Amino acid sequence: MELIQQLVNGISLGSIYALIALGYTMVYGIVRLINFAHGDVFMVGAFVGFYAVTSLDLGFFPALLLAMIACALLGVFIERIAYKPLRNATRIAALITAIGVSLLIEYGTIYVRGAQPEAYPSTLLPAKSIEIFGVTISSQALLILCTSIVLMILLQLIVHKTKIGKAMRAVSYDAEAARLMGINVDNTISATFAIGSALAGAAGVIFGVYYIKIEPLMGIIPGLKAFIAAVLGGIGIIPGAMVGGLVLGVIESLVSGLGYSLWRDGVAFIVLILILIFRPSGLFGKNVKEKV
Amino acid sequence: MTAFKRINGFWLSIVLALVFFAVVQLLISGGMLNSFYINTLFFMAINIILAVSLHLIIGITGQFSIGHAGFLAVGAYASAIMTMKLQMPFALALLVGGVAAAVAGLLIGIPTLRLKGDYLAIATLGFGEIVRIILLNVEYVGGASGMTVTHLTTWPWVFFCLLMTIIVIANFTNSTHGRACISIREDEIAADSMGINTTYYKVTAFVIGSFFAGIAGGLYAHNFYIIQPTNFGFLKSFDILIFVVLGGLGSMSGAVIAAILLTVVSTFLQDYPETRMIIYSIVLILVMLYRPKGLLGTQELTSFFRLRRAVGGKQNDNKHTVA
Repeated sequence: MELIQQLVNGISLGSIYALIALGYTMVYGIVRLINFAHGDVFMVGAFVGFYAVTSLDLGFFPALLLAMIACALLGVFIERIAYKPLRNATRIAALITAIGVSLLIEYGTIYVRGAQPEAYPSTLLPAKSIEIFGVTISSQALLILCTSIVLMILLQLIVHKTKIGKAMRAVSYDAEAARLMGINVDNTISATFAIGSALAGAAGVIFGVYYIKIEPLMGIIPGLKAFIAAVLGGIGIIPGAMVGGLVLGVIESLVSGLGYSLWRDGVAFIVLILILIFRPSGLFGKNVKEKV
Repeated sequence: MTAFKRINGFWLSIVLALVFFAVVQLLISGGMLNSFYINTLFFMAINIILAVSLHLIIGITGQFSIGHAGFLAVGAYASAIMTMKLQMPFALALLVGGVAAAVAGLLIGIPTLRLKGDYLAIATLGFGEIVRIILLNVEYVGGASGMTVTHLTTWPWVFFCLLMTIIVIANFTNSTHGRACISIREDEIAADSMGINTTYYKVTAFVIGSFFAGIAGGLYAHNFYIIQPTNFGFLKSFDILIFVVLGGLGSMSGAVIAAILLTVVSTFLQDYPETRMIIYSIVLILVMLYRPKGLLGTQELTSFFRLRRAVGGKQNDNKHTVA
């Protein structure tokens, strides 16, 4: 039963990783950039949700929506200011800029509101627990899981059934050809950043509700782990990010469950290095030959 | 004739460096520099060693590593264990720190250097984090509360380690090996098809870079009284990275200048760590947007003098961009 309990915890954690990883993977798929600032967008989402709940007295879902909108705007803003001028620069230049943006958001937040942590109010969601076959599932965990799944289904619908989703797939396949077909590549890239950042914002609120404590540097580790999840599933592949997030969450919970909770972060990075060495294209990726 | 000039220039710089060393040593032993300036000077030298060692990996070989603080940590802890736990002399401790970091570099370099660009960056970042987490969990070195270290770092040690680093890396860059590394930076596939054993040269550069980072770690540990795993997090790697990027990817003098400049800036902003990080990050973004090749690009400081003397003559060989 202990094992199943850990699995349940792992899936809750993994669904948060998956939500963040989706943003990473979408952005990487379309502009080949590791958006280091993505973890910090997640942090901003958590804080927007927190202030929406405490200062504006909003409920869980309105706060979630507000955080998603704020993060979408932030994502587009970052893309327009920092990444768009570097569209044709070297990949290393873009990567360094992304690191710079990430630090700017982190320390800008500390500068504006101080480094002290905040605690999400525990009364936001009804705290009941359901027992199924001896496994205790809190109603919070259940609601979080449902929210994440709904958001992921929504994303799949956007990517596969709408015009903008079709444009996104076209641009990620071949930006030049897409431009020739009359697709506005810049707007499509902005839309990708908006959707990815909105998901990160949602993940931030969910994280706050589940783990209570939020602080300005909280985005670093979940951001890195979500990136690992994206690589695990095959970067650029949307279902891969979901599966990668869930797998990573379960692995971490199992390691904690075995009593090595201090090594949890280390395990995630070992998973990363192993996957990079043995299957760099990820679980769902195909090997692509490099053209000279 | 040119070879004679180059050798002359080499001895001239050595003599100048020794004069600088003697002057500072006199000032210190004469009590004319207070401990604040001495400390800043030590930090500057350690930062220069770190910047130059990372410059070899990123600037010369073009392998984007952002886990350099991991090697610093390995060197710092290895040398601290030698002096504090095993009562070994400081010189041996420094050497062991360097060798331990080089071994770590070899172990991490062989598998990860097959990766390219973004993936290599993330793998080295992961390595840095793993080192930090291991140190956090090993009770022998004090876990999270860290390890107390006696103050052994003195000006002669700092200076000679710095001099060795610069001489070795400058000579490496101008050797056959260095040329091979530059060719890998310019175009790895082309270098490979010209018969250069790319893996061998990438790993060599990586190991030498980590060796000197380990030496810097030994100096750092014995300058600080206490070392903690939190000192060697991602932010430390980022500090080193910004020296190299700001100075110009591929320019050693650029890295040195950037290290000096930023050490001074961060000493002044010591009491305002947030402001310092905000300035750092804005500088990094602006440099990438408006001058992506950094302060000096791939030029060296000396090449400006050479250019003036021989217009239209042989130019610096190391002037291409980092791909």
